[in-house]
Amino acid sequence: MPLDPATQKIRAFDQVGTRPLRPDGLDKVTGRARFGADATAPGMLVGRILRSPHAHARIRSIDATKAEALPGVKAVVTSKDFADRSDDLRDILVNIMARGKALYEGHTVAAVAATSASVARKALKLIKVDYEVLPHVTDVDLAMEPDAPLLHDDLITSGVEPVPTKPSNIARKIEFGHGDVDKGFAEADLVVEREFKTEATHQGYIEPHACLASVGSDGQGELWVCTQGHYMVRDVCAQLLGMDVSKLRVTASEIGGGFGGKTTVFIEPVALALSRKAGRPVKVVMTRDEVFRASGPTSSTSMRMKIGVKKDGRITALDALLKYQGGAFAGAPVDYGGMAGVACYDYPNIRVVGYDVVTNRPKQAAYRAPGAPMTAFAVESVIAEIADTLKLDPIEMRLKNAAKEGTKSAYGPTFGPVGLVETLKAAKAHPNYKVKLGKNQGRGIASGFWFNFGGQTCVSLNLNIDGTLALAVGTPDIGGSRASMCLMAAEELGIPYENVRAIIADTSSLGYNDVTDGSRVTFASGMATIHAARDAIKKLCGRAAKVWGIPEEAVVWEKGFAKPSGANAGNFEPMSLKELAANAAKTGGPIAGHYEYNAENAGPSFATHVVDVEVDPETGFTKVLRYLVCQDAGKAVHPSYVEGQFQGGAVQGIGWALNEEYIYGADGRLQNAGFLDYRIPVASDLPMIDTAIVEVPNPGHPYGVRGVGETSIVPPMAAVSNAVSHAVGIRLTESPMSPPRILKALGEQAARKAG
Amino acid sequence: MVRVKLGGTLKTWAGGQTEFDVEATNIREVLDRLGEAHPRLKPLLEKGVAVAIDGEIYRNAWFQPVTPANEIYLLPMLAGG
Repeated sequence: MPLDPATQKIRAFDQVGTRPLRPDGLDKVTGRARFGADATAPGMLVGRILRSPHAHARIRSIDATKAEALPGVKAVVTSKDFADRSDDLRDILVNIMARGKALYEGHTVAAVAATSASVARKALKLIKVDYEVLPHVTDVDLAMEPDAPLLHDDLITSGVEPVPTKPSNIARKIEFGHGDVDKGFAEADLVVEREFKTEATHQGYIEPHACLASVGSDGQGELWVCTQGHYMVRDVCAQLLGMDVSKLRVTASEIGGGFGGKTTVFIEPVALALSRKAGRPVKVVMTRDEVFRASGPTSSTSMRMKIGVKKDGRITALDALLKYQGGAFAGAPVDYGGMAGVACYDYPNIRVVGYDVVTNRPKQAAYRAPGAPMTAFAVESVIAEIADTLKLDPIEMRLKNAAKEGTKSAYGPTFGPVGLVETLKAAKAHPNYKVKLGKNQGRGIASGFWFNFGGQTCVSLNLNIDGTLALAVGTPDIGGSRASMCLMAAEELGIPYENVRAIIADTSSLGYNDVTDGSRVTFASGMATIHAARDAIKKLCGRAAKVWGIPEEAVVWEKGFAKPSGANAGNFEPMSLKELAANAAKTGGPIAGHYEYNAENAGPSFATHVVDVEVDPETGFTKVLRYLVCQDAGKAVHPSYVEGQFQGGAVQGIGWALNEEYIYGADGRLQNAGFLDYRIPVASDLPMIDTAIVEVPNPGHPYGVRGVGETSIVPPMAAVSNAVSHAVGIRLTESPMSPPRILKALGEQAARKAG
Repeated sequence: MVRVKLGGTLKTWAGGQTEFDVEATNIREVLDRLGEAHPRLKPLLEKGVAVAIDGEIYRNAWFQPVTPANEIYLLPMLAGG
């Protein structure tokens, strides 16, 4: 049910929808903000990690005797310092510290804590690991071959009947769909089928993983960490270390980007284990090299996409085969690809089959709308090719098939109010869509979808003696959420935005909060903030009623004042929040609002992107000329941040499309673990990303808010590919569309023409 | 009775059946009845699934009411980035 049906209609706002300065801005631009690596503690040791140089190797033995004897070394930990387990956390346990086998290059095999970085580095060299190198596989198609090197002897494919009797690298088979695809293709006037590949990319957050762990001899611990979810870190670490959850307090630092990559643990349990063993605080900071080799990049994929249409462009059927490798453990987001990646259209007949495959690469982690951009790349490329073949306007073709309220989604449920049609119309109406293109230039269109989520959320709003407010939320601010929270609290209370200060509370100060993911924070923490403010208002009205000697029901709250209301309420001067705060001690003590819940009904978000590029046929270099994001935000609480999310997703997607890829050598080692060789787009590479905010209110939020953080990365790979394909006159089917790939395609085209 | 549809691969654990009629007034009862009828589904249901009611996705809401008028889909547990 909508939380507040009375407010479903578009309403006028005083604060929401304005663009005040961000509350953390000064700290960020002056260097005063404290990030993960800024944490210090008296007696702090330096933690360093020994990683496997092999893509796949049995660990026969680890001898740390010499390292432990080195002066300055205070602790060495290996898998023996973590109790084995058989529950859902086992993959995380094995990922943070190899047990028996190293499953990818960079896999942690041991760690040391020492009095200095130089001693720690020397100690790592003194640890003798006896490896038996095993055959490896990093390619998803090769990993699915029957004779592929096997990562796990006990991995039996799930989702297949009859249950396989032998292990393989295929962890799961998934399937979605409805209707009869054979019938749908038989009805089609045109069927286009293509194969696609996408390479793995990294979220590219600027701040590496960092934490400071301190565990005392009494078993109580503290952790300061750069993460998207410090409650998750607390709960996972406490379980991996056998601690009571109550004995571990976790504080989230400021965060220099996460994009999904900081929704799990890597170094945190290791730092805690080192600290517990050493009896001193231990700080661990990943190098950039470690971030690339040993955190969580995306899946790489191999896909086949087949779509049939009538002459007018109406889709009759879609059939897709998706193969996602997710690194050394099960969990590649192929199911999200199969659901979200195809969600934009109304298919009478659809079948999506997918495989979750393990390879000798680091365990994948979430990256903005995990799994969706790859499948969307395939879908939107085929849609573009069909529009070209039928000479249809690409937006009109999408409008003809667009999912809307009442459409049965590709994954089953029927959509409620959604805004894809509105984003397509916004794109068509935008001046960018009308710009005439020149030689070697091309335009690409693509749409995208993400579910958006709610989740467990807890908020406290405390009134200070001067009438200002302290707002404590438990969701790390990775995209400007503090500003949005302050705006929503100020809106409810009818006070200036500047009078509310939001902080990210530690795990001992608030009830559990889910990770900042799923585009959930402005939606879920925001709705909790609204209700905490309403809870505080109820109490404020009660205090005013006491002062006036009238019933609580006879007091209303209007724009920062308690006012008597109703025939018998009496004639009293309105009482300001400031007065109520000043008299709080005399009227009953501290005044606060609280709210805790499990947020549901996060409305999904659709987007449409339009990009123009120019390709240099001599070098294969692609220049982005202009880029437009049109996306449904439901209600933009702070439009600048909404636009920032649109732009950020687009830029990361452009990088995925044009430059970024994990390149593995024949030895299974990553060849480009650094920003010089793994090139993300920088400001000078791109034009200003134009934005158009569409607002189709989400019935599940009192202001109509939808999450906006993830959808924006879904269309870019396809949009850029469609633009490049139009510019060069060749349909490109592999990402990234880097200069060598484009030159190769141009060369093949020239050879074909020559004869 | 409410009609519950299994999205995606969940049907594999229900012997290929995709639709069920169960006596339930909320999500918890839906999951309990399904687990009783199909023991192979039970571990997956306990591990966590998402439930879409009339297109709205619920990830953890045992007590969310359901009625025969609702469209109810069970989906894999969802997460984001």
